[in-house]
Amino acid sequence: MRRLVAIAGVALGLAAGLQASRGDERRSGATFMSPQTQALQADDAANPGMLSVADGQAQWSTPAGPNGTACTACHGDARDTMRGVAARYPAIDAVSGKAVDLMGRINLCRTRNMGAPALPAEGAELLGLAAYVGFQSRGLRIAPPTGAAMDAVRDAGRALYTRRQGQLDFSCAACHDDNWGRRLAAAPIPQAHPTGYPLYRLEWQATGSLQRRFRNCMTGVRAEPWPYGSDEAIALEAFLMDRARGMAVETPAVRP
Amino acid sequence: MGRALINVPPKARKGQVIDIKALVSHPMETGYRTGPDGALVPRDIINRFLVTWNGQEIFSADLFPAIAANPYFAFTTIAQESGTITFRWFDDKGNAQVETAAIVVE
Ligand code: HEC
Ligand code: HEC
Repeated sequence: MRRLVAIAGVALGLAAGLQASRGDERRSGATFMSPQTQALQADDAANPGMLSVADGQAQWSTPAGPNGTACTACHGDARDTMRGVAARYPAIDAVSGKAVDLMGRINLCRTRNMGAPALPAEGAELLGLAAYVGFQSRGLRIAPPTGAAMDAVRDAGRALYTRRQGQLDFSCAACHDDNWGRRLAAAPIPQAHPTGYPLYRLEWQATGSLQRRFRNCMTGVRAEPWPYGSDEAIALEAFLMDRARGMAVETPAVRP
Repeated sequence: MGRALINVPPKARKGQVIDIKALVSHPMETGYRTGPDGALVPRDIINRFLVTWNGQEIFSADLFPAIAANPYFAFTTIAQESGTITFRWFDDKGNAQVETAAIVVE
């Protein structure tokens, strides 16, 4: 019986592409969820994150800015042009030489290429576009860009990940490396792989970004959260994406 | 109201039991939460969900504040005749969202 359960567990993990290869201990946050929540994520007709994807799909062809351009004008069909894009962000923006995450990149297109104002962080519009672009990478492996500039950003992210902070004096690593699989009150502590963002969190009753998730963990240890889009938040995103290199994108995931 | 995702098979045999799924975006604001100013956020929920097949009711539900945001319904029905399935969600603000799906029954 126990073996059967173990086999079923492996089959489930492999089917969903949630586990990295054998001998690799990395596990998506989805594998720590109840079967009911996993089923919610797996069914596109029930996964509430798909509402954000549908939102983004509608915006993709909605004109904005003084010239009335839409994303389609330059990028055509997202199913072709955006395939694999989310799997390699954050990346260096060639113009500024700085690292940007996917939402930052989308806003650069708004301001630079469309003459439209940047969309507010954590608003439904930006989350929708990011979910729609991210959805085009679902099932593909996370493949962050190489290069010295990105390495420097990731090193900064690693330093933040291992630094103790907040009144409770915890580092991210203290929970997500040293104690994953154990429980914090009722919640299992996952490994903090950013495989599913933007995702629908049941506690939020909404779709949210990876940076919103950071804020939850930071206020949890009574540290002051970084502002959305700050260098710190992007460095940490870049570090976590590299740490999850080769794992499958799940956007839009569901989390408890 | 926002966006709805409905799932109806495009085709069915007469007498076949079919699955229907409907997900709609709505905050389902309970009326019990306080906003940043400390005042209660007014209640705004979908209070009724009604599904008709060629005008005849096949499913309906009354909703209450304990139901989560973005309510999702899944139910089964028996395919009788070709036509249109109409989904209506009514909320406290008096808005109604309407979506339709065509189905062929042979
Ligand atoms: C005190 C323990 C603790 C600390 C410290 C902590 N976290 Fe978490 N983190 C959690 C728990 C518990 C969850 C899962 C919450 C849930 O499911 O309700 C979580 C979830 C996450 C997730 C979501 C993973 C997924 O599958 O979507 C990410 C990403 C994350 N944390 C990143 C961080 C980062 C970055 C830091 C440091 C700034 C940090 N955490 C600090 C306990 C912690
Ligand atoms: C006027 C043309 C134009 C419009 C309109 C436009 N973009 Fe772009 N976009 C570009 C160009 C050019 C690049 C490549 C920039 C670079 O390489 O630095 C780009 C790059 C991107 C990338 C990164 C692609 C990659 O491979 O790294 C994303 C994501 C993106 N755009 C999203 C959007 C979205 C979403 C919209 C609509 C809100 C949009 N763009 C509208 C011109 C445009």
